[in-house]
Amino acid sequence: MEDRADIFGRRTPRRLRADLGSLFLIAAAPTIWAAHFLLCYVTAAIWCARIAGRDGSLDGARLLVAAYTAAALAGIAVIARSGWRRHTYGGQATVPHARATAEDRYRFLGFATLLLATLSFVATLLVAMPALFVETCR
Amino acid sequence: MSTDEEIRRGQEERLAAAWATPKGWRYWSAVNNSEVGLWYTIVAFVFFLFAGVLALMMRAQLAVPDNDLLSADLYNQVFTLHGSVMMFLFGVPIFEAFSILIMPQMLAARDLPFPRLSAYGFWSFLIGGTFVCGSIFFGAAPKGGWFMYPPLTTEYQDDIGVDVWLLGLSFIELASIAAAVELIVGILKCRPPGMRINMMPLYAWYILVVAAMILFAFPPLIAGDLLFEMERAFDWPFFDVERGGDPLLWQHLFWIFGHPEVYIIFLPAIALVATMVPTFARRPLVGYSWIVLAAVGTGFISFGLWVHHMYTTGLPAISLGFFSGASVAVAIPTGVQIFCFIATVLVGRAVASVPMLFVSGALAVFVMGGLTGVMVALAPFDFQVHDSYFIVAHLHYVLVGGVVLPVLGGIHYFFPFVASKKLSDSLGRVSFWLVFAGFNLAFFPMHISGLRGMPRRVFTYPEGYGWDVLNLLSSIGALILAAGFLVFLVDIVKTVAFGSISERNPWQAGTMEWLPTIPNPAWGVRTVPLVESRYPLWDQKDIVATYDRGGFFLPDAEEGKRETLVTGTIDAEPLQCLRVPGPTWLTHVAAAGTGGVFIFSTFHWWWMAIASGLVGLGFVLAWLWTGTATIPEKPEKDVGLGVTLPLYASGPKSVGWWAMFITMLGDMAAFSGLVFGYYFFWTIHENFPPEGTVGPGWRWPVLALALLLAAWALTLAARILNGRGHRTGFFVALPLAMALAVAGALALAAGPWFTGLDPTVNSYAATVWVLVVWTNFHLAAGLLMQGYCIARAAVGKLTPTYDIDIHNVALYWHFAAVTAVVTVATIAGFPLVD
Repeated sequence: MEDRADIFGRRTPRRLRADLGSLFLIAAAPTIWAAHFLLCYVTAAIWCARIAGRDGSLDGARLLVAAYTAAALAGIAVIARSGWRRHTYGGQATVPHARATAEDRYRFLGFATLLLATLSFVATLLVAMPALFVETCR
Repeated sequence: MSTDEEIRRGQEERLAAAWATPKGWRYWSAVNNSEVGLWYTIVAFVFFLFAGVLALMMRAQLAVPDNDLLSADLYNQVFTLHGSVMMFLFGVPIFEAFSILIMPQMLAARDLPFPRLSAYGFWSFLIGGTFVCGSIFFGAAPKGGWFMYPPLTTEYQDDIGVDVWLLGLSFIELASIAAAVELIVGILKCRPPGMRINMMPLYAWYILVVAAMILFAFPPLIAGDLLFEMERAFDWPFFDVERGGDPLLWQHLFWIFGHPEVYIIFLPAIALVATMVPTFARRPLVGYSWIVLAAVGTGFISFGLWVHHMYTTGLPAISLGFFSGASVAVAIPTGVQIFCFIATVLVGRAVASVPMLFVSGALAVFVMGGLTGVMVALAPFDFQVHDSYFIVAHLHYVLVGGVVLPVLGGIHYFFPFVASKKLSDSLGRVSFWLVFAGFNLAFFPMHISGLRGMPRRVFTYPEGYGWDVLNLLSSIGALILAAGFLVFLVDIVKTVAFGSISERNPWQAGTMEWLPTIPNPAWGVRTVPLVESRYPLWDQKDIVATYDRGGFFLPDAEEGKRETLVTGTIDAEPLQCLRVPGPTWLTHVAAAGTGGVFIFSTFHWWWMAIASGLVGLGFVLAWLWTGTATIPEKPEKDVGLGVTLPLYASGPKSVGWWAMFITMLGDMAAFSGLVFGYYFFWTIHENFPPEGTVGPGWRWPVLALALLLAAWALTLAARILNGRGHRTGFFVALPLAMALAVAGALALAAGPWFTGLDPTVNSYAATVWVLVVWTNFHLAAGLLMQGYCIARAAVGKLTPTYDIDIHNVALYWHFAAVTAVVTVATIAGFPLVD
């Protein structure tokens, strides 16, 4: 596809071409948070209901939670990096990204991705923390 | 008169004719957002006042110990209806109503893409809401609390109240989902050219997030309502422990809805704050991206909080820990937006006004509720105050601070927009201080009565427990609060009757809903502007003058049709000139017919319910047939500024395709709720399926799946064949797909039928049957759609070029196929691997 002028007559570089993927990217990190959260909850529920019993040890489940957490944090970090790159596109990391240009739209979506990744990172840690302290299914 | 002026006058006459509001009794057939949104808002507010009167009755009863003003039974009905009405008939609908009213003008669109869907939603809301509220006048109101826990409501309450709640509110939930679909598509596809996604008003960001939340939060409750009603009406034992059911399943499904619900009603109110604060600080909101973070982040995390309503149900400590962690995490995005508001006021030049007074009060009250929220998020503290008045205090601080006060501020702010007149400043201040002081006097003491052990929902209490003075104070506070509302109502009546017309853009706001003249003609926007700023009225110098002379897009209605622009989701480039339908009575009958299904079912009048459903269905079909996917008289038209756009678009380019896609996401969420039920029972039972159960086997389900996947593939083939102009192929493939779908549905039911699975025997059989019934219901809908496409093609309303219908039906069938695969994998596959 060749460059196409937008409604103001400005040309949009190919890399900045609008696609739904860039909108979904902002939801990627929270989605990882949600998947991590559900996995932790379901693992503990099945572990306590069907494997260890109500007074059993949680050790196996805690290891699994640790593994999920490491994977989730790594995934979120990758998304955060991609968000940072978009946010600083063209060497200009100046918020509020409020101009009516494809560049600022690209930077804005990157910044929103970065912020949501940061929140998801912290929230994932908060959700995982009980596994550090709770040792049994009681 | 100059030629320019003649042209302008001609344009305005044609626009006015195309968008004219019907006169006389036909006024009620209007579907335009300015009418439907207004009715919706007023009705939601009337329900709010009704629930407020119920609250006053409770406070009167509790003012003194051992009071006998209300009987225990009436008190139970009053508190149940108060909570249910506030949540379902005010909290959610008021934001949808407000958004239908103001969103199009905020996006400089003439209307939302599906005006008749809004109208259908409104009439459904009115019918369902009146049914639920009216029940108390017959002593038949629900009395199990707003969360209707079984076994209280299955074993101990066999009157009709629970059914009124389940069926009446399910009906309204459907209306809420309809409005959510409308708003999502409106925000994504009907923005003005130039309004890229980084330029969207923050109000639109919030509403987008909230509408998406509705799509995933309401359906699990509808699934739960379905299970509940199957148990009550047909004795399918989902919640009956004796037969392998579990009341906790209801609690899970209810709170998967119930906690996001709190944010579903809080975020739109905060969106109003984010709209008002920049106007009165006279500068753009600080931290636009941070607000987007807050909205999207809260949207996600709010789905990970549901078990914090179930801390005392005996779940393992580790599970409570996960939910406690998420409950603390949600305070981060919630706090971020409050800091953005405070920062905006600090760096701007804040102007004192009544809306800002309500906003300040809202923030103070909400922060207080948020802090007690973090306290109850901690499981050990919650064990102490669970089901006490401390919780009542907490939730009212959150909801009054987070919803009621911003909405009151919002009504003051938008009154000139809606009624063309400004409410009184002095009465506004009086009503604010009465509401604010009365609220705190009413609810602050409840923290203490709760800590002193007073349980919620008791209809009276003996004296001498240390609760007497606190309750009396609460009741006095409630009266003062009510007086504040009275002043507010007096102000509204006085202003509507005697107020003078407001000047244009009375608050000097920067967003586009203030661009039109006051009063605004029925066309909504004179011309769709080109947007280059987040606050176009502040930054785009000539915008008002160019707007007034019709210098942007669509300044005319040459063909006398109602038209608005469809633009790209990300960059809002113009894509299509969308024609929207005008006034109709079809939606009223469709809503009444659908309502009849739910209302007659409450009384177990099954034949009436079926007849009513058929009437509703017939009118929905008539509405689709006459008002959607209409082939235009020419392929494209000039919309102004040298842009020519198509008048018809199908597939992912059409708004209808988006609506179908979004609706089906919600449908999948409901289906997940049912599938969750199956695996939930598996985790809590030693043996699931129970020993000795054979059904449904794997042969029938696998055969069914093969037939249904073939039906799906043929539907897809029909779409492709039609697109390539193979009409014969289309007319062979689609009827064949229908035949296979019927055979598949029969085979799916044959499994549990021939293996003798009786749904009333245990929870396993009931769960298998409910998945089969759900899937077959979807197949029936799919069949109807295939038949509809054949009929449309036969009369020439569906052609290779104009093929919206078959695109949407094929899309529906993708989801129907997923439903069939998951159902078969669960009922036939899972017992084999377990």
